[in-house]
Order: sequence, then structure tokens, then C-alpha cells
Amino acid sequence: MNKLSLVAKVSIVIAIGCIATLWLVPMWRIDLAAPQYPEGIFMQIWINDIKGDVDIINGLNHYIGMKTIHKEDFREFVYLPVALGVFCVLGLLVLLRNRRWAFHTWTGLLLAIAAISMYDFWKWEYEYGHHLDPSAPIKVPGMAYQPPLIGYKKMLNFEALSQPDAGGWFFIAAVVLLTAVAVYEWKRAKKITS
Amino acid sequence: MKLSLLLFTLAGAVAMQSCKMKTTSSAVTGDAAARTYVAPGKYDELYNFVSGGFNGQVSVYGLPSGRLLKLIPVFSVHPENGYGFSEETKPMLQTSFGFVPWDDQHHLALSQTNGEHDGRWLFANANNTPRVARIDLTTFKTMEIIELPNSGGNHSSPFLTENTEYVIAGTRFAVPVGNQESALDNASFKKNFKSTASFIGIDKTTGHMNVSFQIILPGMDLDLSRAGKGPSHGWFFFSTYNTEQASTLLEVNASRKDKDFIVAVNWKKAEEYVKAGKARKMATEYYHNTFNEETHSASSSVIKEVLTLDPEELDGLVYLIPCPKSPHGCDVDPSGEYIVGSGKLAALIPVFSYQKFTKAIADKAFEGEYNGIPVIKYEAALHGEVQKPGLGPLHTEFDANGNAYTSFFVSSEIVKWSLKDLQVLDRVPTYYSIGHLMVPGGDTKKPYGKYVVAYNKITKDRYLPTGPELAQSAQLYSIDGEKMQLLLDFPTIGEPHYAQAIPAEKIQAQSVKFFDISKNKHPYLSAGEKATKVVREGNVVHVYMTAIRSHLTPDNIEGVQVGDEVYFHVTNLEQDWDIPHGFAIKHAPNAELLIMPGETSTLKFSPIKPGVYPFYCTDFCSALHQEMQGYLRVSPKGSNVPLKWGTGAEEADAAVATK
Repeated sequence: MNKLSLVAKVSIVIAIGCIATLWLVPMWRIDLAAPQYPEGIFMQIWINDIKGDVDIINGLNHYIGMKTIHKEDFREFVYLPVALGVFCVLGLLVLLRNRRWAFHTWTGLLLAIAAISMYDFWKWEYEYGHHLDPSAPIKVPGMAYQPPLIGYKKMLNFEALSQPDAGGWFFIAAVVLLTAVAVYEWKRAKKITS
Repeated sequence: MKLSLLLFTLAGAVAMQSCKMKTTSSAVTGDAAARTYVAPGKYDELYNFVSGGFNGQVSVYGLPSGRLLKLIPVFSVHPENGYGFSEETKPMLQTSFGFVPWDDQHHLALSQTNGEHDGRWLFANANNTPRVARIDLTTFKTMEIIELPNSGGNHSSPFLTENTEYVIAGTRFAVPVGNQESALDNASFKKNFKSTASFIGIDKTTGHMNVSFQIILPGMDLDLSRAGKGPSHGWFFFSTYNTEQASTLLEVNASRKDKDFIVAVNWKKAEEYVKAGKARKMATEYYHNTFNEETHSASSSVIKEVLTLDPEELDGLVYLIPCPKSPHGCDVDPSGEYIVGSGKLAALIPVFSYQKFTKAIADKAFEGEYNGIPVIKYEAALHGEVQKPGLGPLHTEFDANGNAYTSFFVSSEIVKWSLKDLQVLDRVPTYYSIGHLMVPGGDTKKPYGKYVVAYNKITKDRYLPTGPELAQSAQLYSIDGEKMQLLLDFPTIGEPHYAQAIPAEKIQAQSVKFFDISKNKHPYLSAGEKATKVVREGNVVHVYMTAIRSHLTPDNIEGVQVGDEVYFHVTNLEQDWDIPHGFAIKHAPNAELLIMPGETSTLKFSPIKPGVYPFYCTDFCSALHQEMQGYLRVSPKGSNVPLKWGTGAEEADAAVATK
């Protein structure tokens, strides 16, 4: 009675596929532009790395006293692949177990990972943007340099655009898909029991 | 009576007004402005590399805008970026006669593959101290300079064969071979003076040059040259003047004969003779200077011998074609069939046929010998003559449709004519007295066409006056219609002679943005600020310095003494586009350094008085560029001030103390 519909089973496979792309493509992307950088500079966040013009950004950050960004500083680059790997394995178990409660729990897990990741991302941005070296050459009273969590923001001469990269969109797709199917399964369960 | 006089004067004045000479203000018509306007943010269609003449450098313009993009230092020192002043670049200007800080740069040649510009290298000649340079078109830097032995006035250079097998260097001023002295009179000239045609071999992958062989010709002045192409590939053609062999008042003495020669050299045959061991080794001395991209440094080597070939002994190596009169340009059309000789003093332009020339050799259609070299009958090699083309023909370029464009110095015009029937098709005035002209790709098998540029010798009223010394003037004309149309007039620097142009897309994408610091193998590299130091070796002090926005490390240096030789080895740690740093120190009797990202450059400074010497970054690099400065303390000789250096140490200590 509590078994999964075909739709749900297919959605599990698709969601695992979506999450697996995160090992192949970047998750998030921050683009920066300034009068001195008409060609733009960018940073890409992968589940286990930061790529792009990190050295250039670090070079520029010293003016405002922002800490330099180093891959090694992020424990997340160890935890996140593990968490997502476990999530994928659990997905296979859900498929085998074929129970509605397992599907709902599993969907909840992805939402939790997404929520924690976004909070963690925001917290890092806050850290970098607010904890500035007091001996920095350029100090603008009241100015913080926290990049936008998502969307556009202008900070001094720089314009910043923060948005999901390809992997992020796959992640969002997985979240939307699983949530929608979870709702569908919940409604189906209600119909059967009533 | 009085009234009639007044009327007469008035009438005279009106008449004078209408008799005024023609002016140039009405020369531009139609859509010229739109055709040369390159909107902000857009790029030019072509790179135009222009010889600098007496400034010794190469300048780069964009076409069709005529905007100056860059000056590439080649044969002259360039204090602006330290070329010839930094320790790394000094060897580039070394010769067998010491450091030569200037030259006269006349002609350019873009490297070719299958007779087309390939965008790899640009070759440049030095006329005064005979040399040839190779410029890399990924960095726009002079990478190599080779000196020519047995040469005086390297004018007929640096023209290339169709696959860049050889770059040519021919002597304009005949000189005694082996640098010997000689009495200066016509008899001694005939006896002692020789011309040489040097074939400089080019390595296919590295571009490195070496003098493969020299052909020793009778004393005369080899003016310009072109390689054959297509069917005539394997031959090189030179124009000559002073076949009269005069050493004095050439203006008169070298203008006596009705015809001088086009010298045709069979270089494939020369290669065979060299292989067969027919070349003679001659002891000599000349410099070969190369710039290493990894160490960012030049080095010189001295070469002690050269292979020479004697055309009087070796059959089939050289033939002479009579050409009226003191020919200057010697240009080969895109098909490789026609050779155009431009007799400066002739009233016609002779066009020779390669097929007829080879047939004349086979038929032994010779009219005699000149110093043991066969002279072909004029008519036997002649395709035809362009009649009444203009006055003072100098150079000819070609489009892809069988048309030729010849510059006329005396009548100050470009004349378009047809190679097929030798009829004049069109003529446009130039402002004033054109020397060279250039059609993009006009010297290759596949001309790009579209434009012709006139590089003029006289400027006069073209621009706002700037005292007696003026910029040179150039004009851009469109040639894609029936009639040539003047589009643009733009000033040029130095005194341009020949030029080259290439579509932007063949160069643009390969342009280097900065040097990878992880590949920097400079012996005095500071790989990061932690590697900076000051090392004393006797009275030589090496400062390992870094530059990054916005500080120099170290920026306080003490313990240097009067009489020390201080070498500032400055590494630019930036790895970003367009962030050069400069370095200059007060009272240094040389120039600044301009250091590209990832590069290391060295400035030598020997202080002669004790004191404090500020140094600073000269390239406005960042918001805190002005703070990018430091001090060198120089103590009297024998002082006991210890060697000490650092950046920001005191502030760091102070910060710790306040905690």
C-alpha cells in the first residue's frame, strides 16, 4: 500500500543523475566587473574546489583588507561530496526499499542539505565581507563587502553577480522534482486512505 | 583716368583670384569618413607594421583608422621601457663593433607559409650597422638580431622566400670584403669593393636565424630585392645602381649608364653548390643576439666564419638583366611570373617575364658579361614596358585582380596599371612625394587588397605645424573600386619606408596577456616576496626585489656603499592582464625598467655619492600606486652600516606592541 508510484521511481533515478553532475560541473558562480576589468573576472564554486580568477580576486582584496580565499580553508569541500555521495547511495536504497516514507525522508534530506549549504554559503560571504583587516589601505566607513547570496549587488567600483552555475541548476532541478513528486505521493496516499 | 586705373586694378585682382593654384582640400569625397571610422570599443580591420626609418624602431598602426597602437623597440634604445638599458636587453644591441644604440630601419617582412602571411614573425633590417631582427608577434618583442659580415648598408633586406626559408640581406654600399681599408677612387673601387647577398636561413619552428651563405658580387649597390614565388620560387631578384662603380659624387657618376641591372640569384643552385662543398670558408666576426623567453634575458654569441660563393667561378648561380635606369624597386607579382623594375630616372616601367628570362638562359641570349657574370639581352627577358606612367617610379605592390600600383616620388602619385596589357588605369595624387606604398598582402601570392597606403617623404602643410621638424604623412586609399579613392590622412613617426599589413584575426587571438611566473627561469628571479633578499658579493650587491600592487619588497635597503655596483632584479609578481610595474631610482644615469607581469628585469646603479635615494614604481598600476616607493641608503665607502632590508617590518612590530 505504501509502495512508490512509477513516477516516484523514475524521479529518484533522475534526481541521482542531477546530483551526480555536481562532480562534473561547477555549482555556483560569482561574476565581477569593474571599470578596470571590462573583460570581467569570475569565481566558480565546485562541490570540492574554487576555480576561476581566485588569485586576481585575492590580489584585489588586500586593498580593503578582505581575507584571501584558499581552497584549504573550506571543510565543506570534504563534507559536501561525502553528504551528496551518501545522498545518492540512500536514493538507491529508497528505490530498493520502495516505501513512501523512505522517499519523503530522502526528499527531506536533500532539502536539508540545500538549506544548510545556502546558510553556510551566506555565512562565509558574511565572514569575508565583514571581518576586514583594520590596517587595510582602503577603509570606507560603514562599508561591508559581502557579496550577494544570489543576484546583483554593486560594491564600490565592482559589480557582483552571484548565481547558480550548471551544477547548481541541476541541484535545483533535483530539489524541485523531488518536492513535486513528494507532494504528488502525499496526495496519492491521502486519496487511497480516504 | 583715376577711375579707369581703379577698375583695371580691380579686374586684375579678380583675375588673380580665379588663377589661384589647385589645392588639396577637395581631394576627399563620398563616404571616406564612414569607411575609416572605427567606433569606440571596435577594433581595426588590419594591423599595419610600419618601419621607423631613422628612429630605428617599428611602429604598429591600426587600419583603416590610422591610429598608432604601439612602438616596438628594435634597433634603437628605448628608455620608455628600458630596452637597451636593462641588463637583460643590453646584449640585443651588441655588435662586433660594440654596443650600437641606434639604427636606420627601412623594410619589414611578415613571415610567410606557402606565399601567404602566417602571423608568426616580423623581420626588420638595419641599414647603417648591417643587421636583421626578428620580432615575435605573440609578444610584439624583438627576439633576435643577427649582424651581417662583409656588408655596408643593409638595404635590400629583410625580404623573404615564400616559406620563410631565407631572409635576405644585400649590401647597398659596396665595401672591401673582410673589412680591409682601401684607397678611395674609382680604380680602387673596381678592384677592392664587393657587394654581398647574404642568405640567412630561418629555423622552421624557432625562427632562429643563421647566415647560411654569402654570394660575393662585383662592387655595385644592391638596392632592393624580392624573392621569386610560385614558378620563380628558388630565385631572388635584386635591383642595382652604381654599376658604373664610382666611389664619389654618385649623384652624377652613378647616373651615367642608360641601364643598370636586375641581379637574379638562383638560390636553389647556391644550396647545391654549398652541399657540394664549393663554398669557401672565410674568417670573419659577427654577433648573433637572442632573447630567451624563459629567462627574460638576451645573450650574444660571436660567430667567426662565413661560407662564401663566387659567381664568377660557379656557373648558373647569377645572371644580370639590364634595367633602365638606376632601378629602385624590384617587385614580383602574386603569380611569380612578372618582375617589375622601377628605374628612378626612367620614363617607363620595364616588366620582365620569368618564363622569358629562363628561356633566355636556355637559349644563351646574352649580350655579354659584367665582371664575369652573364648579362641577358634586355628584350629577351622583357614582358613589356608601361609607357609614360609618371615621374620617378619607386615601388610596386599588387592586388589580387592582376593590377599593379606604383609609387612615383617626383610626380607625387600612385599609378594603377594592368599587368596583362601594361595600360595605365588610374592615378591619384599623394601628399607629398610618396616613397614606399603598401597594399595589405600586396607582396604575397594572395593579396588581401582593399587598401593602398602611401608613406610620404614630405609633409609640409598636412597637419598643424610643429616647428621645423614635422611628423611624416601617410594616406590611405581604397582600391576596391575602379578608381582609387583617398580615405584618410594620418601622421606617422620616425620616417616610414616599407610596411606590411595583415588581417587582425591572424594576430589578435595569439597575443600574450602576461608571462607565466611559474615558467620564469631568470637567474635572479624572486618567486614570491619571501624569496626577496639582498646579497653582497665583494662590491657587487644583488637586490632580489618584487613588485605587486602596491608595494616593492624590499622597500628599505641599507648597507650599500659608494663604489658598489647595485643590481636591482625586479620581478613583477602580478599574473593579470595589463598590470606592468615600473622601477626607477633617483640619479641612476640610465633609464627606467618597465616590467611585465611575470617578468624579471634588472637595472644597474653605481651610486657615486652617499645619501638616500628614493625609488618608486613608474607605471600607474593601482589606487595606491603613489605609495609604491622606497629608499636606498648609500653610505660612504668603508662604512660599517650592515646590510639590512625589508618591507613593512616596523609597522608589523608596532601592531604586535599595541596588542
